[in-house]
Amino acid sequence: MPSRYVQLRRQLTDYFFTGLAAGLSVVVVGATTAIFAYLVIRGAGSLNWALLTQTPKPVGEAGGGMANALLGSGIILGIASLFGIPIGIGAGIYLAEYRCSRLGQLVRFTADVLNGVPSIVIGLVAYGLVVIQEKHFSAFAGGVALAIMMVPTVTRATEEMLLLVPQSVREAALGLGIAQWRTIVSVIVPAARSGIITGVMLAFARVAGETAPLLFTAFGNQFWSLSPNQPIAALPLQIFTYAISPFDEWHRQAWAGALMLVILIVGTTALVRFVLLRRILGGAR
Amino acid sequence: MDAAVEVRDLKAWFGKTEALHGITISVPPNHATAVIGPSGCGKSTFIRCLNRMHETNPEARAEGEVRIGGMDIYGVPAVDVRRRVGMVFQKPNPFPTMSIYDNVAAGLKLNGVRNRKTLDEVVERSLRQAALWEEVKDALRKKSGASLSGGQQQRLCIARALAVNPEVLLMDEPASALDPISTAKIEDLIFELKRKLTIVIVTHNMQQASRVAEFTGFFLMGSLIEFDRTEKIFTNPSDKRTEDYITGRFG
Amino acid sequence: MGAIPERRFAEARRHSEETITGRSSGPTKIAPVTTAPQAPAWHRQLFNLDFGFRGLLLLAALTVLALVGLILSEMLQRSALAWQKFGIHFLFASEWDPVSGSFGALPFVYGTVVSSLIALVLAVPLAVAVAVFVTEMCPKPLRKPISYATELLAAIPSVIYGLWAIFVLVPLMRVYVEPWLMKRLAWTGLFEGPAYGIGMLAAGTVLAIMIVPIISSITREVLAAVPQPQREAALALGATRWEMVRMAVLRNARAGIVGAVILGLGRALGETMAVTMVIGNRPEIAKSLLAPGYTMASVIANEFAEATDDLYLSALMEIGLALFIVTVIVNILARLMVWTVTRGTPARAHAQ
Repeated sequence: MPSRYVQLRRQLTDYFFTGLAAGLSVVVVGATTAIFAYLVIRGAGSLNWALLTQTPKPVGEAGGGMANALLGSGIILGIASLFGIPIGIGAGIYLAEYRCSRLGQLVRFTADVLNGVPSIVIGLVAYGLVVIQEKHFSAFAGGVALAIMMVPTVTRATEEMLLLVPQSVREAALGLGIAQWRTIVSVIVPAARSGIITGVMLAFARVAGETAPLLFTAFGNQFWSLSPNQPIAALPLQIFTYAISPFDEWHRQAWAGALMLVILIVGTTALVRFVLLRRILGGAR
Repeated sequence: MDAAVEVRDLKAWFGKTEALHGITISVPPNHATAVIGPSGCGKSTFIRCLNRMHETNPEARAEGEVRIGGMDIYGVPAVDVRRRVGMVFQKPNPFPTMSIYDNVAAGLKLNGVRNRKTLDEVVERSLRQAALWEEVKDALRKKSGASLSGGQQQRLCIARALAVNPEVLLMDEPASALDPISTAKIEDLIFELKRKLTIVIVTHNMQQASRVAEFTGFFLMGSLIEFDRTEKIFTNPSDKRTEDYITGRFG
Repeated sequence: MGAIPERRFAEARRHSEETITGRSSGPTKIAPVTTAPQAPAWHRQLFNLDFGFRGLLLLAALTVLALVGLILSEMLQRSALAWQKFGIHFLFASEWDPVSGSFGALPFVYGTVVSSLIALVLAVPLAVAVAVFVTEMCPKPLRKPISYATELLAAIPSVIYGLWAIFVLVPLMRVYVEPWLMKRLAWTGLFEGPAYGIGMLAAGTVLAIMIVPIISSITREVLAAVPQPQREAALALGATRWEMVRMAVLRNARAGIVGAVILGLGRALGETMAVTMVIGNRPEIAKSLLAPGYTMASVIANEFAEATDDLYLSALMEIGLALFIVTVIVNILARLMVWTVTRGTPARAHAQ
C-alpha cells in the first residue's frame, strides 16, 4: 500500500504538468494574438487610399504608395499560376488515377522533397534558368520561381481530393463504357472540384507571401511595369525594402503593406483550412 | 480483507442515452462471477463502472452506489479505486515500447516502488500467477511487450494487473480475441486466481461462463434480469428471458 | 429449349444453300453471326485519346521529378567554380571577404546551426506542450480555438515576421531580455557583449515562433494516432492523467515527435527573410548568443544581387547547394520517422 506521501506527490505532479501544458499553450496563443493585434494596430493607421493608388515617391519625400507592388505581385502570381497550377493538377491526377505505378511513389516522394526546399534555393535556380539566359531580372523569372514552389502543394492537394472520390464512382462510369480519360475529366475531377480549388488557393496564398525567391529574379522596381520581361515590384519585396530602410515614412508604409498582405494570405488560409476544408472533408480534421 | 463488490441502483449514461437502468448486485468474494447477455446489453458498461473507467469517456456519466471491500468508489479518487480493482481488456494491450519486465512492473513503479529486489520479486510472482513465467523468464528485459503471441500478450496483461495486488479483477471478454488453446490456458488461470481475489468476467460464451464461474448475472438491455448460482441459471432459470437467451432463442 | 421449329430450320438451310451456291445478284454477302466490336488496330490505339491523356498527365508528373533534378543540376553547375577553387575547405574556412577573394562558409554554417538550435530549444517545449494539452487535457470546446490559433502562426509570411521582429522583438530584447540575461546568466559565458537587440538570439527567437506550428501540428497528429486501448491500459492500472500521458501516449509517440522536431529543424535551417532582418549580418563566429551573426540563407539573400564577379556568385551558389542538400536530408529523415508512427504520409504537413 503506497504511502500518503507518494499519492500526494503523484497528484501534485499531475497538477503541475497539466498547469505547465496549459500555461505554455497560453503563451503560444498569446503570441499569436499579440502579433496579429500589433499588425492591425500599426498597419490600420497607415492604410490609406494613396497606398493603393500611387507609386513610391523618391527617397525622403513623404507620401507615395505601393500600387506598383500590388500590380507586380498580381502579374508574378499570374505567371506562376499559369505554369504551376496545370502541372500541379496534372501530376495530382496522375498520382490519384494511375496508382499502380512505382513512378507514382517516386513522384509523390519527390513532391514532398520539393516542398521542403528552402525558397531561397528556388530563387537561385530560377536565377540560373532564366535570369542568366536573359541577362536581366524579370517578372517572368519571379513567376517561374513561384511556380516551382506551387507545384508540390497543388499536386498533393489534388491527389488527396481525388482520392476522396469513392472508387464506386469510377467503376460505375467505366462499367457504362465511358473511356478512362473521359471518366476523369467529366466525372472524377468535377466531383473533387471544390477540394482541388481549395488546394490551389492554399498554394496561391503560400507563394503570395514569399520574398526570398523574388530577391534576384523579379528584383523589384520603383515604377509601374506591366512587362513580364522587366524587373517588377512585388508586395513582399517592397515590405522588405521599406522595413530595413532608415526612413520612418517607409516603415509606416511597410506596416500598411504588411497588413494588406496578411489579410490576403492569412484570410485565405484561414478560410480554406478552417471553413472550406472542414465542410469538404466532413470535419474529420 | 474480504472484498465483495456491492452495487446498489447503479445507473449509467452515454450522453443522453441511459445505458444501465438501476443495477443492484452483490458479487461474492473469492469467487468468479460471470456477466452474460446479448450484444449491447450493457455488460461492458457495467464492469467499466466498477473501476470508474466508464467516466473516462467525456460524454459518460454514472450514478448510484458501488462499494468495493466496503470502500465507496465515488468517495475516493479514481486513481485509488483502480489500484484496488484491476482490469483486463478484450484485446490485449501491453505497452509496446516497454519490455516484458517493465510492463509487469509498470503499476508498481507508478506507486513509487523503486527497490530493485522488490520489483524483481513481484514481477516473477505475477508472471507465475499468470502462467507466463516459464515462457518468458529468459527474455524479460530483452523482448518488448508486443513481441509475444496473442495469448501470451493477454497473460502479460493479466500479470500486469496482478502485480499491484488488486482485490478484484475485472475481465472484459478476455479470451474472445484468442485461439482455443490460449483460451483454455486463461480459463485455467481464472481457476487458480479465484482463491486469492474476486473475479468478475464478462463473456458472450455461455460455455465459458459455466466452466469458470460459480455465479452468473444475466443482463438484457441495460438491466440485470437474474443473478444466481451458475448451475441454476443454466439449468433452471427463474426468468423466461434468461431461459430464452440460454437456449439460444436470441443473442 | 425445344427443337428448332421446322420452318426455321428450312429457312436456315435455304439461306446457307443460297450462300454457298452464290446468288446471281451481286457479291456474296455473308451476314456476320455476332456483332462484337473489334479491338482497334495498334496504330489506331496510338491516337487513342486515353493514351494521349495519360501521356499528358505523365508529362506533368515527370515534370515534378525533373524539377528536383533541375534544381540539383543547376546548383551543381553554378557552384562548380567555387568547388574547384576551394574544395571541401570551403565549408571550414572562416574568412568571408569578397573584396580580397577569400570565401569561407564556416561563419554561415555556424550561424545557421546555432540559430536553428536556439529555435528548437525554445520551440519544442512550447509546441509539444500545446499538442499534449489540446489532445489529452483541454476541455473539448477549447480544442479548436487553440489549435487554430497555433496553425494561424504558420500562415504569416516570413517577411512580416521579420518586420514584427525588427520593431517589436528587437527593442524588447535590447531593453529587457538581453540585459537580464547578461546579468543573471553571465556565468555561462554565452551572454556577453553589448545588448544590440539584433543578433543570434533574436533570430533564434523569431525562428522559434515560426516553427512552433509545424512541430505542434505533426505532434498532434502523432499523439492522436496512439490507440485508445493504450491509454485505458495505463488508467486501469491506476495512473493519474499525467502518468497516463507520459506512459502510454508520449512513450508510444516518441518516434513521431522526434520526426516532427526534425521537420521543424528543416524549416528553420532554410528560413531566410525573418532571420536576415534581425541577425545582424556579420560574418563572424562569436561565442556569445547576443552577438550578431550570419546564416547561409541570409548571406545569399543579402549579397547575391550585388555579387560582382563569377567566383563570388559561385561561392554563394555553393552555399545554396549545401543548404539544399542539408535540408533535403533532414526532411527525408523527418518524414521517415513520422511515417513509422502514423503509418501514412502526413499529407497535412506539406500544407504548412
